[in-house]
Formats: sequence, structure tokens, C-alpha cells
Amino acid sequence: MSSHGQTPHAPAHESASQAHHGHSNGHQAGHGTLRSYLIGFSLSVILTAIPFWLVMSGAIDSKLFTAFLVMGLGVIQIVVHMVYFLHMNPRSEGGWTMMALLFTLVLVGITLAGSLWVMHHLNTNMMPMSPEMMKNMP
Amino acid sequence: MSQTQVQSNGMETEKPQFYLTEDHHPEGSTMLGFWLYLMSDCLIFAVLFATHGVLGRNYAAGPSPADLFDLPLVAINTAMLLFSSITYGFAMLQMERGAKAETLFWLGVTGVFGAAFLGLELYEFNHLIHEGAGPTRSAFLSSFFTLVGTHGLHVTFGIIWLITLMVQVGRYGLIPENKRRLMCLSMFWHFLDVVWIGVFSFVYLMGVLG
Repeated sequence: MSSHGQTPHAPAHESASQAHHGHSNGHQAGHGTLRSYLIGFSLSVILTAIPFWLVMSGAIDSKLFTAFLVMGLGVIQIVVHMVYFLHMNPRSEGGWTMMALLFTLVLVGITLAGSLWVMHHLNTNMMPMSPEMMKNMP
Repeated sequence: MSQTQVQSNGMETEKPQFYLTEDHHPEGSTMLGFWLYLMSDCLIFAVLFATHGVLGRNYAAGPSPADLFDLPLVAINTAMLLFSSITYGFAMLQMERGAKAETLFWLGVTGVFGAAFLGLELYEFNHLIHEGAGPTRSAFLSSFFTLVGTHGLHVTFGIIWLITLMVQVGRYGLIPENKRRLMCLSMFWHFLDVVWIGVFSFVYLMGVLG
């Protein structure tokens, strides 16, 4: 009786462990290799060095263009980190990580752009104030 | 009549089970859940970045970023965090090979780089406060200390987590549970590096640029 009770249990357990094993194998496929980590690292070093050099040496006269380059290179480096270090791809977890990331990016965009936009208009519509007036503020 | 009811009820109701009879939840859901946590953390940082974007130019007749920030120090700090990211990557590669001693070694190196980053950041904060540029000096400095301090706090907890996992791996080896935890910390650590890219670009470099 007890052996009969055991038999249906064993294959179920085995299949579960197999499924588990298969899954963990599939997961490891999404991980980086030494080569991908080194590529990501080299790209990050270059993408970090360029903006620091631009600002510290003042190589470009136009501040606006320098600012544009610094932010642009920052965004590129974030993408490099996402791909090479966080192993983001549209297939992982059935696409749900990418969906969550896109949704978050939309919210981040609304938060940043909305805050800057609204507060800029609020500032420009305020009564002008000199630094002396500012110092004497309560 | 009532007896038949009881009988039919007894027939229909199954024996109650107070434990989960379905399959164990797939391992991958932990990763997805942790990713969702990171995304919510991302929103916290987005709000702090937006605050700094709005208040970052309000110096209240106090020091500006060009007066305060020491860019070579920030560059060294950035390098520390970048090195700690690649060494964590090496730890993950060793973990996949199942090499316990090497994994622990690279985790230790990661922890040292993380601690160096934190030390430099605390040195910078201490320096600023002693110069009279503490968080109460101006709106710019309030938002700066809040944003960079929140990031530093994350790194602090990352290091505590790292040490905890080193003890766990040292005691129990590279069991599936510890592998899962190491993968979560890997995502957390690389995520903090991603946030730092925003900090050095948007706060330090753009601030000094004026």
C-alpha cells in the first residue's frame, strides 16, 4: 500500500526537478560571457571618459552643444549597461521585463519633462527677485 | 430530508487541504519580481532627479556647482563603481562555473570597490559640509544631498547585502537559493551603476558646465 502510494509520487518529483533543471539552464543562457562583460566594460570606460574630458578641458566652446553631448553619451552608456550588464533583451521572462522597463521609462519621461516644463513656466512668471531680496527672505 | 441534505453535502465537499497542491512556482518569477522592485526604485530616483532639475540652479546667493565640485574626485568615484560592476560580473561567471572560492574572491573585490566608492563620497560630503555648503545652505544643495545621499544609501545596503551573501555562500556553498540571491544582488548592483551614470552626467558634469 505504502509502496503503491510512493510510485506515483516519484515520477512527479523527477519531472518537477527536470523542469526545474531545464528552466535554470534556460536562464543561464540569458547570462553574459566573459567577452560580453569585457565589451560592456570597455564601452563604459570610453563613454565615461569622453564626457569628463569634454567638461574638464572645455574642448568645445558651445556650452549647449557640450551639454547635449554629455547627456547623449550618458543615455548611450545607460543602454550599454542595460544590455551588457543587466542582460536586458525583449525575450527574457516572456517579454515582461521589457514591458515593465518601457512603462517605467514612460513614467520617468513624464515626471522629468513635466516637472521641468511646469516649474520653468512657474519661475518665469514669478515676480523678479534680486539676490539681496532673496537674502532678506524670511 | 435533512439527512439527505447532509449526505449530499458530504458527497460534494472534498477533504479540505491546507497546503499548496499545485506545482512549486517557477524560479524565474523571483527575477521578474525583483526587476519590478528595481523599476519602482527607478521611479524614486526619477522624482529626485526631477527635483534636482527644478532646484539645481537655485543657489540662494551661495556656492554654485563650479565652485564646489572636484571633478577628478568624481571621476575616480565613477571608476570605483565601474570596476565594482565588472568584478561583480566576474563573480557571476565564476558562480555559473560553480567555483565557490573564486566567486567569493570576486565578491570580496566588488565589496572593496564599493566601500572605496562610499568612502570617497562620504569624504566629499564631509568636505562640503565643513566648507559651509551643507544641505541647509540652498535649494540646490538640499536636492543634491538628497539625490546623491539616496544613491549612497542604496550602495550601503548593497554592501551589507553583499557581505551577508558572502557569509551565506561561505557557509552553505553555491546552492540554488544562494545563486538566486546572488542574481538578485547582481541586478541591484548594476542598477545602482546605471543610476550613477545619471548622477555624474546630470548633477556633476551639467552642474559644473553651468
